[in-house]
Amino acid sequence: MAIKDYIRERFFPHMWCPGCGHGIVLNGLIRAVEELGINKNDIVMVSGIGCSSRISGYLDFHTLHTIHGRALAFATGIKMSRPDLNLIVPMGDGDALAIGGNHFIHAARRNIDMTAIVMNNRIYGMTGGQYSPLSGYGILATTAPYTNIDHSFDVVKLAAAAGATFVARSTAYHVQQLTDIIKQAITHKGFSVVEILSQCPTYFGRKNKEGSAVDMMERMKDVTTPIGSKAKKENPDLIERGVFVNEDKPEYCSEYNKIIERAMKRN
Amino acid sequence: MNEKNIKFVQGNEACVEAALYAGLNFFAGYPITPSTEIAETLSARLPQTGGKFVQMEDEIASMCAIIGASLTGNKVMTATSGPGFSLMQEALGYAVMAEIPCVIVNVQRGGPSTGNPTHVSQGDVNQARWGTHGDHAIIALTASNHQDVFSITVDAFNMAETYRTPVILLFDEVIGHMRERLIMPEKGEIPLVERLKTSVKRGVDYHPYLPREDGRLPMSDFGGVHRYNVTGLFHDMWGFPSSDPAIVHGLLRHLADKIMNNENSIARYKEYFLEDARTVLISYGSSARSALHVVKNRRARGESLGLLELQTLWPFPADIVREKCENAKCVIVVEMNMGQVLQQVKTAVDNPEKVFLANRIDGVLINPTDIRNIMRLIQGKGV
Repeated sequence: MAIKDYIRERFFPHMWCPGCGHGIVLNGLIRAVEELGINKNDIVMVSGIGCSSRISGYLDFHTLHTIHGRALAFATGIKMSRPDLNLIVPMGDGDALAIGGNHFIHAARRNIDMTAIVMNNRIYGMTGGQYSPLSGYGILATTAPYTNIDHSFDVVKLAAAAGATFVARSTAYHVQQLTDIIKQAITHKGFSVVEILSQCPTYFGRKNKEGSAVDMMERMKDVTTPIGSKAKKENPDLIERGVFVNEDKPEYCSEYNKIIERAMKRN
Repeated sequence: MNEKNIKFVQGNEACVEAALYAGLNFFAGYPITPSTEIAETLSARLPQTGGKFVQMEDEIASMCAIIGASLTGNKVMTATSGPGFSLMQEALGYAVMAEIPCVIVNVQRGGPSTGNPTHVSQGDVNQARWGTHGDHAIIALTASNHQDVFSITVDAFNMAETYRTPVILLFDEVIGHMRERLIMPEKGEIPLVERLKTSVKRGVDYHPYLPREDGRLPMSDFGGVHRYNVTGLFHDMWGFPSSDPAIVHGLLRHLADKIMNNENSIARYKEYFLEDARTVLISYGSSARSALHVVKNRRARGESLGLLELQTLWPFPADIVREKCENAKCVIVVEMNMGQVLQQVKTAVDNPEKVFLANRIDGVLINPTDIRNIMRLIQGKGV
């Protein structure tokens, strides 16, 4: 199918700023779905609130645009009701890990089969550039005019510690890797977390003098490296890209079916 | 009557039996006194019939999960008490906006805050009405005994489907934990409202928010044959966000009117000795039991006392209250809060000065002696 068969054309042009990385994520996501050959009718996309969450409106799947931080909780109700469907939950960094942090770790702990995509631009874009739990120490934001003293989460470590059975990271610059990782995440049976570093030239870039969108993307190339690379050994500050966790563990909906069997026998 | 149908249960269990009778097949919840038995019982009962139970990480997640499950075609419920009900308010507003049928049980305890977890209160009446932000309408129902808990719970599921709306069951700790007899209705004895589904075929454009001529919105199971969008933003008939003033106005009006215009068909109440009552007691939930005791007791002594027991609290049945109080010299609202229903009654009746409050707010069930003493004070007789 052509890319445009996956989108709702009447909602374009999209509302993202020029240079925003989220459009690249959208592109990568569509390519992943297309390459996997999944029917549009078998995909449910649940999103929360923020720039990233608007992605659901642009896609011709079953789409549920919910409230801030709670997308995974809504998705849990849908997945338990229809385990046969593919659940994709795109979230922003604030959406997934500040207001939604609790749902994030508990969905991971349950290992419920869905794909959480954290579109990490390290800033609250929709509200105009406030610091997020992934902004990092020392950055500037509209609510950190004297620099941010909050330390950030490492999404990969957090997701792995919480029990996610597929954890990966890529960037908007590495669009082929991004597509490949989303494909693996969707195919994986269990809770998958994909962190995608995405640029926000409008707020993060401008506040922190990181230059244009192109400059910010070049920087993604410079500050990241494949997992276990020689470069990482030489420069521990580099951010690793790739698949960190990929393991089998009983999946929540399959386990619940066993509960039903047990309950029916006992009844 | 089949003896097997007689049960001796808690109010919370009566609620569970009724929910299952009504077709509940998905429950998400979080433990909280005094509602926990609902979750415990359903964790055992739901999977026996292929239904699903999940204990979420908090009440916010519970509310969100039932909305997701309802969209796919399930009859859903969550249960909580004051603090959890506070947490649910934003998602409850989402269910109002996106018109998702669901039932929320609030077994009330004392508040604000952690309050009085193991004691009775009726302090959440106004929260049920106005807990979530923005103009909206809501349905809230209650009951004073287990047989009525059963029928009102079935009603709650029926109304949720009829009006595509969240319905709140506002029970209280005494009703939730007290044990008494429940006669289980036979299958089919109480009519059930099933989901109104669209007749639009696969492959044909389905408009999730295009009302039929009668104002109802047929649904298509989310994840099924029609792909559409659902949002908490103001939206058009396709479910896509819109800030067009005409659409915003029209949707808000629709959300309020679909319930407010049906106030009289949503109204559930019981009346005792009202025909010639000079003094009308108005009560609901467990306090109505004490009020009824007083009425029966004083009737036996020749006093013209009557009771209007409200089962629908929201939309407030103002017409019915006005009519039933028309000939009363004195109206006494019996409740366990600082006058939340009292204010509604004062607004409803022609002469608000004849309306008085008989209440307790100390976590103790208001008893017939309390009511009798307050009545004597109102009458200027002293205790």
